[in-house]
Amino acid sequence: MTLTLPHYPMPDDRGRFGRFGGRYVPETLIPALDELDTAYRAAKTDPAFLSELDRLLREFVNRPSPLYLAQRLTDHAGGAKIYLKREDFNYTGAHKINNCLAQALLAVRMGKKRVIAETGAGQHGVASATAAALLGLECVVYMGAEDIRRQSLNVFRMNLLGAEVREVTSGTSTLKDATNEAIRDWVTNVRDTFYILGSVVGPHPYPAMVRDFQAIIGEETKWQLRAVEGREAPDAIVACVGGGSNAIGIFAPYAYLPKDQRPRLIGTEAAGEGVETGRHAASVAGGRVGVLHGSMMYLMNDDEGQIVPPHSISAGLDYPGIGPEHCHYSETGVAEYVPVTDAQALEGLQLLTRLEGIIPALESAHAIYHAVELARTMRPEQVIVVNLSGRGDKDVAEVARLLDVPKDAPTVTPAIQKPAIQKEVLA
Amino acid sequence: MTAVQSRGVARIHAAFERARAQNRAAFIPFMTGGYPTAEGFPAVADALLARADLMEVGIPYSDPLGDGPTIQRASEQALAGGTSTRHTLGLIKELRRRHDTPIVVMTYVNPIYAVGPREFMRLAADAGVDGLILPDLPPDQDIEIADLAAEYGLAVTFLIAPTSTAARVELVAKACTGFLYAVSVTGVTGAREGSALGEVPAMLALARQYAGVPIAVGFGVNDAATARQVAEVADGVVVGSAFINAVKNGQDVGAVADAIAAGCQR
Repeated sequence: MTLTLPHYPMPDDRGRFGRFGGRYVPETLIPALDELDTAYRAAKTDPAFLSELDRLLREFVNRPSPLYLAQRLTDHAGGAKIYLKREDFNYTGAHKINNCLAQALLAVRMGKKRVIAETGAGQHGVASATAAALLGLECVVYMGAEDIRRQSLNVFRMNLLGAEVREVTSGTSTLKDATNEAIRDWVTNVRDTFYILGSVVGPHPYPAMVRDFQAIIGEETKWQLRAVEGREAPDAIVACVGGGSNAIGIFAPYAYLPKDQRPRLIGTEAAGEGVETGRHAASVAGGRVGVLHGSMMYLMNDDEGQIVPPHSISAGLDYPGIGPEHCHYSETGVAEYVPVTDAQALEGLQLLTRLEGIIPALESAHAIYHAVELARTMRPEQVIVVNLSGRGDKDVAEVARLLDVPKDAPTVTPAIQKPAIQKEVLA
Repeated sequence: MTAVQSRGVARIHAAFERARAQNRAAFIPFMTGGYPTAEGFPAVADALLARADLMEVGIPYSDPLGDGPTIQRASEQALAGGTSTRHTLGLIKELRRRHDTPIVVMTYVNPIYAVGPREFMRLAADAGVDGLILPDLPPDQDIEIADLAAEYGLAVTFLIAPTSTAARVELVAKACTGFLYAVSVTGVTGAREGSALGEVPAMLALARQYAGVPIAVGFGVNDAATARQVAEVADGVVVGSAFINAVKNGQDVGAVADAIAAGCQR
């Protein structure tokens, strides 16, 4: 057993990261959250649990994921060295499996036979269904009707894995509504059901627990970077944020370092058609403090507290809030959050594909785009690590649809510049 | 407490006391504010208020995770019709001109934070609201809300559930100033098949050890028979989705309310 789970100074014992976080849920769930908290605390230091999780992460997930120097992307940007932390190499194709396996193991340990999950892009749903199949658990996944349309391949995968996918048609039929339905299911079946929550959102202890299970991304980055660059901390880390689990996974091991040892931590938010248009999912840039899904966070909501439907090209980032720890990082300056539009993300996707032969998920493409912009402003001896949270297979049909849209259609801005990228690449 | 501070509390307690004196459980109908439309709501509310000991009005919210499909769809319809927080409080203010029945508002915390907790309490008090029911605010999450409510003369109601431990029941019961709301089942709001009682008697026996306020039971009570069962053990009976269904189906809401109110008779 080599795995340890981290102990960070936050949240406090009330589940708060500064003023963010907490437990704003129906009273029915409070005892279940207490039970989960207790079980997690015990598991966290139990050699049997850690040993089994460690074995599965290595043998089933394919960890450690490589840290890859993207030389052609680096050359293209003409500045800092760009490394990719290849979470797309994980089994099921994204970082989500790290957390799902760990939570499913916890479910087994707690004697639960049934797990539920919510999913946007389908990656968390597929990972939950996979973990459930592996461990013999009944699995129900809630997914918005709009996301089912966008991610039909992942729906099929979940069904093949033996999970039931329940279509959600309430509200905006996307991730936030799927999350509402999953919470309602949990309120109803709380005594025998474990809720595998997919991001660093929700009531305490979820944001802390999911972070701890994803922190392996940043912990691996430390020793991998030491091996190739002779230092554990890069100059900057870039990761996309919807709820923010892949970003917190790579940020957290660095976030609590003293300021002078800490890299720049940059989260790329989905700016959709532009923050100024209102058609976006950028909760820090375009939201304000509110409460959703049990937690106080930056939230897209109007002046009477109604949740504003988010928009992103990426189903996985299409969420109106952002995890409470990110909110605290933003408020205290530990991390920066920058908006990246749909068009820029498409550009990032094409750039990485053409230059490195890696088709990233649309989520990760937001981070790629910004990393290239950032690298241009930095020096060649400096280092950026981009968390490549997932692979793009699930998105290719949607990308094809988007790229075939006539140029004058309002949803495609000239910033996509398909020919321009090709020209640059050829040059 | 000053006279102003105790206004909502006193009115709510008096309503339960009147029902008790008549050997009834208090009849507490719920209706979503602005449902079915802003124009249609007052007539529905009039019919319910005329028969209620206490009425619960929901502020329509986009993400009501404690509610089942019936109330969620009612909220969506009300929001689509332009109703929201301030508007609902305005509707209540109008009702106050015709009715003396205590009115409590059911609201999720996000609308309170968005309007601003102090401004929200001021608007609610100005509208003649007597108390608040906060389904996603366990009392130990935000002390400020309860303190502000008291400052503006509003009672607060928190919820207990069949899953609540004795320690939670004690904490929640002691935090309530209006009445204690016992959720009859693990689940969300909405009509259900079968007995509403289940674990209710044991839960109420536990709650009575700590509660210095009346105890109402809700979730899943949708007809006279279940109301009668609940009335045997509780001080009040909350009924919601049944009235939304009645409105949706074009039934006479007053007649449906009469039937269920009769079930509250012991």
